[in-house]
Amino acid sequence: MKPRKAVARTPLHLAILFFVGVWFIPTLGLLITSFRDPSNVAGSGWWTVFPRLFSGGQFSLQNYVGVLRDQGLGIAFRNSLIISVPATAISTFIASFAAFGFAWMRFSGRRVLFMMVVGLMVIPLQMTFIPVLPIYSKLGLAGTFPGIWLAHTAYGLPLTTYLVHNFMSGIPKDLFDSAAIDGASPFKTFSRIVMPISVPALASVFIFQFLWIWNDLIVGLVYLGALPNVAPITVSIANLVTNRGQDWELLTAAAFVSMALPLVVFFSLQRYFVRGILAGSVKG
Amino acid sequence: MAGELQPSGGKASKNRARIGERIAARLDRSAPGRWVLRTGRAIARWLRSVRWNSWAFVAPALLLIGFFLVYPTVTTVVRSFFGRGTSLFGPNVEYVGLTNWKYVFTNEIMLTSLRNNALWAVLFTACTVGFGLVLAVMLDRVKYEKIAKSIIFIPAAISMVGASIIWKFIYAYKPAHLDQIGLLNGIVVAFGGEPLGWLIQRPWVNNLCLIAVGVWIWTGFCMIIFSAAYKNIPKALLEAARIDGANEWRVFRNVILPLLGPTAGVVATTMVVQVLKVFDIVYVMTNGNYSTEVIANRMYKEMFNYNNYGRASAIAVVLLILIVPFMIVNIRRFVSQEGGR
Repeated sequence: MKPRKAVARTPLHLAILFFVGVWFIPTLGLLITSFRDPSNVAGSGWWTVFPRLFSGGQFSLQNYVGVLRDQGLGIAFRNSLIISVPATAISTFIASFAAFGFAWMRFSGRRVLFMMVVGLMVIPLQMTFIPVLPIYSKLGLAGTFPGIWLAHTAYGLPLTTYLVHNFMSGIPKDLFDSAAIDGASPFKTFSRIVMPISVPALASVFIFQFLWIWNDLIVGLVYLGALPNVAPITVSIANLVTNRGQDWELLTAAAFVSMALPLVVFFSLQRYFVRGILAGSVKG
Repeated sequence: MAGELQPSGGKASKNRARIGERIAARLDRSAPGRWVLRTGRAIARWLRSVRWNSWAFVAPALLLIGFFLVYPTVTTVVRSFFGRGTSLFGPNVEYVGLTNWKYVFTNEIMLTSLRNNALWAVLFTACTVGFGLVLAVMLDRVKYEKIAKSIIFIPAAISMVGASIIWKFIYAYKPAHLDQIGLLNGIVVAFGGEPLGWLIQRPWVNNLCLIAVGVWIWTGFCMIIFSAAYKNIPKALLEAARIDGANEWRVFRNVILPLLGPTAGVVATTMVVQVLKVFDIVYVMTNGNYSTEVIANRMYKEMFNYNNYGRASAIAVVLLILIVPFMIVNIRRFVSQEGGR
């Protein structure tokens, strides 16, 4: 009985193997290519490295030096950090205030306003660029970091507010009643009680939002453009594709530089990332 | 629990009150004046009754959302009836009526974009939801579930720009007499075929190749959600069906699928909303050439390459119109959840 059951399960394992292969091999190819010598990259497929894997001389860090220094991706990486960390922090902060207001304060229009926020989650950002850009130019915010911090904060707010609201509205009401009896003001209740117990939820939202901003292309393209001193890494790489489209040793190294940080975040904080997705989608 | 703003006393406010009384007395003499007075008093009463403390919490978010999302959405709709140029309104921008709208629904490239977006919406959604569901159910049955899930989920963390380069390299083409460097052509040649320019074979091959990249990125996302929902199904239910003699396919078809139906609805909605806005993949891989144009990329080109804010606005509004039904679904679902509170 047992061996027959194992045989019956072979198609299952093969199907899974197929999916895992298709999802893993492309990234592996990118990684291997990014360490190969430029002349080899253009002349032979990356899979040809396997027969002589340990013979040496096939791999170097040359491509990474090339993209980080000569193609300016080092600066772009720095720009991406300067863009995404403050923008994520500001938006998580403002979203937690708003989520608390919507979940626990009573004021007229609360429901309608929150429904509007929920609805705006799906607005295509393309709708918003044309009216905001002329104002940005007039105020001198186009092509500056504060300008894009504000834009990313605002664009992220509907989803982040919604996610934090989902968590905060589940906090037991007794907690607030006892705080009110002790004479705590709403602000004190928020900063001393609600914020501390919301840390795990806020961590999920922070990671979610950070990856979104780090990986964003269109907001960076529109508000920062291709200026090398401010352009985020996604915009710089898109330009590299336009200008050096056949130099695969550069493109693969560049792509891996942009993926490195998200991958570290992903593998170390996967739990929070998954929690963020589930909070937004299953309940939502 | 929210405090209210207390009217402050003092000489200045007494003075203000006296001036207020004089204005009120004058207004009270005429009918429109009385109307203004009534409305003014109603607003004042409302302002006094508002709980400022509550508003302080939501005000920053609402101001930002108002400026970056609500105001532009309304303005873009209006701007779609005006002509070329990169200023919002003003002397250089003339009213053109429905010209941009005629362009949007008759121009050949726009029709190609609309067709491609429809193709993306159907194929991308079907594949991500289908693969996600099947993977969630299959992986639950093997011991290496965790690592397999991680691998399929990785693309969700990286940028679409990065993913586009990964796949552009997979699709890379070299003439037949040279060694292939793209994996796909490498496989084709190894089996004795002719190498193919995957991204320039219009209109079906290249569009399918682009959609495959999107599916590769988003399947993990769907799988994670399905997996969580699947693990919530009591296993006794599946066992009962098996004891009654149902084979695995019937268990899947008649027990698992109906139970995961609501989840599939949510996931499919999310995917359609995502895919209608598809931009990065097309911008990086083909820039819309060779009949691969999509709405969002067309809008970007009209805005920055051709400096035609009128057309760009109309194209953006098309996206909005396509997404509004899903926005309503979102709000409905929220309201039905709120009903319980």
